[in-house]
Amino acid sequence: MADCELVVHNVQHPDGTPCDLLLAGERILAVQPHEPNRSWECSVFPGNGALLWPSCLDSHVHLREPGFEHKETIATGLQAAAAGGFGQVMAMANTDPVNDTPGTTRFLLDAAQKSHPQGPALLPVGAATKGLQGQELAPLAELAEAGCVAFSNDGNPVSNTELFRRAVEYAADWRCRVIDHCEDPHLAPGAGINEGRMSSRLGLKGQPTVAESLHVARDILLASYLDLPIHLAHISCRESVELIAQAKQKGVPITAETCPQYVLWDEGLLEGFNTLAKVNPPLRTPDDVQAMRQAVRQGVIDCLVTDHAPHAGHEKDVPFMAAPNGISGLETALSLTWGLVAQNELDAADWIRLWSQAPAEVFGLPAPSALTAGAPADFLLFDPHRQWDVSPRSLASLGKNTPCLGASLTGRVSAHFLGGRCIYDGNAPLAGSH
Amino acid sequence: MHWPHKDLLSIQQLTSQEIEHIFDLALKFAEINQRPVKKVPTLKGKSVVLFFAEPSTRTKISFDMAGKRLSADTFSLAQSGSSLQKGESLSDTALTLQAMHPDAIVLRHGASGASAYLARQLDCAVINAGDGWHAHPTQALLDGFSLFQVWESFAGKNVLLLGDIAHSRVARSDIELLTKLGAKVRVCAPRTLLPPALKSWPVEIEQDLGRACQDMDAVICLRLQLERQQAGLLPDLREYARHFGLGPAHLSHARTGARILHPGPINRGIEIAAELADAPNSLILDQVSSGVATRMALLYLYLTSTREEA
Ligand SMILES: [Zn+2]
Repeated sequence: MADCELVVHNVQHPDGTPCDLLLAGERILAVQPHEPNRSWECSVFPGNGALLWPSCLDSHVHLREPGFEHKETIATGLQAAAAGGFGQVMAMANTDPVNDTPGTTRFLLDAAQKSHPQGPALLPVGAATKGLQGQELAPLAELAEAGCVAFSNDGNPVSNTELFRRAVEYAADWRCRVIDHCEDPHLAPGAGINEGRMSSRLGLKGQPTVAESLHVARDILLASYLDLPIHLAHISCRESVELIAQAKQKGVPITAETCPQYVLWDEGLLEGFNTLAKVNPPLRTPDDVQAMRQAVRQGVIDCLVTDHAPHAGHEKDVPFMAAPNGISGLETALSLTWGLVAQNELDAADWIRLWSQAPAEVFGLPAPSALTAGAPADFLLFDPHRQWDVSPRSLASLGKNTPCLGASLTGRVSAHFLGGRCIYDGNAPLAGSH
Repeated sequence: MHWPHKDLLSIQQLTSQEIEHIFDLALKFAEINQRPVKKVPTLKGKSVVLFFAEPSTRTKISFDMAGKRLSADTFSLAQSGSSLQKGESLSDTALTLQAMHPDAIVLRHGASGASAYLARQLDCAVINAGDGWHAHPTQALLDGFSLFQVWESFAGKNVLLLGDIAHSRVARSDIELLTKLGAKVRVCAPRTLLPPALKSWPVEIEQDLGRACQDMDAVICLRLQLERQQAGLLPDLREYARHFGLGPAHLSHARTGARILHPGPINRGIEIAAELADAPNSLILDQVSSGVATRMALLYLYLTSTREEA
């Protein structure tokens, strides 16, 4: 039996018991009942009673490199993932160049390996069509061979249904799922604000919920007809979840995700032309927020994602319509959604499942660590009582664009381990050159 | 009166007492405009920048004249081609302006929220002279002042807003002002030119123009941007004029002496029949004079407020 190299001392196991975690190499050697007074031969990492959870998987992020390194780099994006509790992130293809060739995919994997050899891991999502142009299929087989785990045109949804169908079919041969950003481009000007009370009052062109739900309906019909899975990205409104619930009842192979912003915030946040709350799909009404929460509780929504979309400060500091869409979300996601657990709106076990096991299942990726003897030592410690202020200094991501800026949140990842090594220690000073 | 506001961004910011105070001041300044020598030294040494990133001759001249009659120095920022139209350059423009230390900036901009954005960047007063579809508070104040001179009180008065409500900053600001002062507001337009969630606004909606005019004390016609047809919001301008252009037959349903207003410039025969625009109950030219008096009142308030002197 291997020798214990590190003890993570005094953490609360998901089964509710206080325990000490013995690590050897990349694996968990043993999980023992917590002994407060025992002395250890090996090094000790104090857990201080934090909750022990498997490391999470964020299946929808934008890391911006190559092409937009002023917004985020692979290095800073993965640093943010480590701090946020994500051991794996699936990076969308809308970089420059677009991730539509095996060369670009390999560049992404190399850059991640170089900056974060211990992880977090970058899992590339290939473009569904060449250049995200929606005209011709990208070389999906070669992309899959190079390491892409799914395909998506994310921000540029494929409105040509014939082409979209072919992408779904072809990708299925490579056991990859297509992720669709549901938006009818003719109904949706990429507005960043919901069409309704707020858009009307502020005098801004809004995006109606039907722009989303129309494409949700299309994808459901298509998935049903082809009997092939389609994954629906960042769902935001009541009509969409009602359609998804019906489809799932009928056994249509459809899966869906949403983001913290759509279960927590409504369009009221855009008061005063707040560009930090400008996202696509836009924040909807309080009624939509209620519907989204219910859908998450009931499993109509399969998993949570951040849609981490970092932007530079000067890009958001412009009049509303000129500002790009997106929220920098990797580092606040677990804290924000923990609020739902704290308010008894969500079980802690469901909360962690939505951020770890559920996305792994959707995309056919290895299941997260079981946190038992012999399992990979991939886990995070979450301190549910830790208060922290969201400020440009407290975020590792280059993107400081979040509506929580200046807010104080309760609950935070206090440490993150991958392969038995600590990749983030919340008690250590923030690393990095910014 | 202590004036607590740094900027004038929308009618939402003002209380009904503050609006009435503006009207009282505008009455005094309207008197100056009747004198043979139409100039007083009130704002001598103050500088006002007129920054119009979107063309509007009327509003700009109105502000220019208002400033000059109070002896302020007014400067026009030339709009050089398209670079100023872009949102991205507004921040740089703001910094340049800040460095010149003006006392007030009057901003017209195509982006909703542009004046709020500029106001956050600058120490001087920012007066919104129209931003996107969002707000046009000085137009609403001059519309209100024109009616105030006729009515003195808005209680029990009914006002119809006719035309493109969805894309109209004038409509948004007029509705806020008129309802704040106690008038009832009705709107009439084809559904494609009504904003979403209109039911949450304090207005009645009536699609038939004859019925919409019933019991009205005033009709405010809005300017129709002729491009709305290309945008697929209207099939045909002639058809629009037939159903939503104000004519004498419609107006016969209104209360006697009902007033007609229009922010100009008028598309005669489209939004309004030519004979109505020039009729004795039309306030269209009074609106222009009211505009100068109201803007004098606003420049006075925003340039001499206790906030500035402190
Ligand atoms: Zn998207």
